[in-house]
Amino acid sequence: MLYLRKKNQLPGNSNPGSPNWPARFKKLAAEAKDARLQNFYAAGVVDGDTPISQVPLVAMDFETTGLDPESNGIVSIGLVPMDLNRIRCSGAQHWILKPREELSTESIVIHGITHSEVARAPDIMRILDELLIALTGKVVVVHHRGIERPFLNNELKARIGEGCEFPVIDTMELEARIHRSRPRGLVNRLLGRHPISIRLAESRARYNLPFYSPHHALTDALASAELLQAQIATRFSPDTPIKDLWR
Amino acid sequence: MQAEQLEILDFLHRHPPFRDLPEETLGWLSQNIEISYFKAGTQILQFGDEVDALHVIRSGAVEVFRRNGDLYNRLSEGGIFGEFGLLRNKRVRFPAKALEDSLVYLIPEAIFNELFENFELFADFVEIEDHTRLRQAVSRREDANELMTSKVETLITREPVTLGIQSTAQEAAVLMSEESVSSLLIVYERASDAARQASSSGYLAGIVTDVDIRKRLVAPGLSYSTPVSEIMTSDLASIEHHQFVFEASLAMLRNNIHHLPVLKKGHPIGVIALSDIIRYESQNSLFVVSSIFHQHNVEELKALGPDVNACFSRMVNEDANSHMVGSAMSIIGRSFKQRLLELAEAELGPPPIPYCFLALGSMAREEQLIVTDQDNALILDNRFDPARHDTYFKALAKFVSDGLAECGYTYCKGDIMATNIKWRQPLHVWEDYFTEWIENPTPEFLLNSSIFFDLDGVWGKTEWAADLRELIVREARKSPRFLSCMARNALRRTPPLGFFKSFVMEKDGRHSNSFNIKRRGTAPLADLIRVHSLACGSTSLNSFDRLQDIIDADILPHGHGLDLRDALEFIAMVRIRHQALDLEANREPDNNVEPENLSDFERKTLKDAFQILSNAQKYLRFRYQSQRAR
Repeated sequence: MLYLRKKNQLPGNSNPGSPNWPARFKKLAAEAKDARLQNFYAAGVVDGDTPISQVPLVAMDFETTGLDPESNGIVSIGLVPMDLNRIRCSGAQHWILKPREELSTESIVIHGITHSEVARAPDIMRILDELLIALTGKVVVVHHRGIERPFLNNELKARIGEGCEFPVIDTMELEARIHRSRPRGLVNRLLGRHPISIRLAESRARYNLPFYSPHHALTDALASAELLQAQIATRFSPDTPIKDLWR
Repeated sequence: MQAEQLEILDFLHRHPPFRDLPEETLGWLSQNIEISYFKAGTQILQFGDEVDALHVIRSGAVEVFRRNGDLYNRLSEGGIFGEFGLLRNKRVRFPAKALEDSLVYLIPEAIFNELFENFELFADFVEIEDHTRLRQAVSRREDANELMTSKVETLITREPVTLGIQSTAQEAAVLMSEESVSSLLIVYERASDAARQASSSGYLAGIVTDVDIRKRLVAPGLSYSTPVSEIMTSDLASIEHHQFVFEASLAMLRNNIHHLPVLKKGHPIGVIALSDIIRYESQNSLFVVSSIFHQHNVEELKALGPDVNACFSRMVNEDANSHMVGSAMSIIGRSFKQRLLELAEAELGPPPIPYCFLALGSMAREEQLIVTDQDNALILDNRFDPARHDTYFKALAKFVSDGLAECGYTYCKGDIMATNIKWRQPLHVWEDYFTEWIENPTPEFLLNSSIFFDLDGVWGKTEWAADLRELIVREARKSPRFLSCMARNALRRTPPLGFFKSFVMEKDGRHSNSFNIKRRGTAPLADLIRVHSLACGSTSLNSFDRLQDIIDADILPHGHGLDLRDALEFIAMVRIRHQALDLEANREPDNNVEPENLSDFERKTLKDAFQILSNAQKYLRFRYQSQRAR
């Protein structure tokens, strides 16, 4: 139970293998062939020791045609700029895109974006400039890092022959550090107790955050943004260095 | 390209003053909101700081303070703050602090100014709000009593679900399921209905509840096509939409009903439930309860003591009735137990076998007040093996009992606590206890019965407590001897009869300058009511509920039940006010009432109430002795 923890006890800040993003960006800036990516990397990222309260962030969420970045495509992108103090809806953006493959009926059921909307939508290359500008110099906030970064990487590879990398804070992974740091005990498994859910809606409820309908890219981005603020306020500290959080 | 924030838009649609803005403006507003999260206890606005946005609470609760630190307002979802500063010098006038973990939507100053200039309704809202607060700030002593000043119609949350009187019981059940409601209003459909002309409540013919379908249709085995008029309750109490909330609360208490139809020009426009009023009345107690669940250890729980007392005093000042005060205090007491059990389980690990933690006595009856000791017990699963399991439960009982003592619920002098091995037993042992007490009512067992037979589950397998209550009723009804012994036991404590300005006179002529109003008043009343309720097979716990069951069973002479209800309410209120005065004067609250400190009216009325109790005791003796002779 969340609130049973002692007040000041912070969850494992351990972030084994925390990447050295500034160095990585320097290297990528030199290697990139596409001018847009060169600019993106050249702008750099904050130093790993920067406290989270000083880091410009942007929460991002994709709706996709499926879960496999190799074969499925992006249907919509939502993003909301933020920092630890404020989430700024005035800078929010939302695009519906024409994915690389046909929309399946199952995915329409999930995200509610229809064939006709997609038919009118642009290809991701038409919005790439805007997207990269929105991400430039920022650390991206996602819930479950297995989607946004790999999908964008693959979309770009398929089109311009090179992928894209950037640091992310994964609110799901932070939630796992808090709740899944110890293995589920034998007693709990025998009693059939389920591990604490770290899905977006359940995680939000633990912080007294309101219920938002899932599967709209912009709403989900907003939901992750609020969740990160709540996690830092209750579980970490504004002084937590970004290198303890990013992946 | 700006993007629509659907969830924010949806929220704005639901709350004034935003919901009255044009759609286009709302869309624009939703795209310009900023958001911030505040952990409970965080200072959101600091006096004198710059304020750059109107704050709107999206979730959680926030307390707003005066400059001197006095609490000024408590706000929850939809509440706004920060407008005072925005409208003046852009500096914070009323500091604000997160009471719970809260998500706040911020409307930046430029956007706020535009709304303020262009929309009169919006401007009125933030300004008028502001004026009432200003007035409150000036008249500090003026405790806004919403119960006394709010109209009933403000409690109506949805249109009533109604059904024509020509319908069948099955149609009623179907409609109730479809609408997910627990009661239906039955109405006359045709203006020509003769009955309607005669009815004082106009179109309203009656009410059907879940219980009616169970008790009046299914239990007697009637056909589903029985007309709904045969299972409904007619002769309804109702209230006019313009009456005050406190009048509704009195009407419900007087009639012991939990649903009250609200009429406007003879038409039902809604139904209010007792829970609506209790919720309305005791928002403060809700805050106490929620903060109990946010504390992390016994010391923090202990620190809530002043809040509990403040909540009690406030309810008394707001003229809450004894049922409201008693149930609020009981819910607070239960919450302490529940939280302590959560903490105990966190420390000791999960229980090896299921258990049920019990509340006994006044807490179970929802009649708890400020001065109270802890009566509790544990029912364990029948697989209980003392060698393997008792170490755990002993530790659990000790943790809770010590914790309760810290929080002001003193240890039970009679050792009626789960720390006593005798009261920490598996279910089958409890069944044996109760059966034996009823079959063989020795003085000791009778005393036990009067304590344990008011039992309620607080935590864990609470259904076991309900099962035990059924067993008690089943066994007690079969045993006239037990009832007659219980009746005699209920006569041990008698009310003082003579009241003079500065002393009470006892039956033997002795004078004393104070009397214990619990021992001489509320306790013997509760005892007496318990005996009758066992006799009529009631499984209710609250004394008012039991009295209603007794009245329904028609075992008291006509009118006596209502007299007893009035006596109970009055004596309980004198006791409650006495404790509130003690708190106000910084004395340790107790149950010793000095007649000298009562008003003439109270003294006279108390004398009447005690006379009713005394007569009721005489009747009790008569009724159950004669039964014994049979």
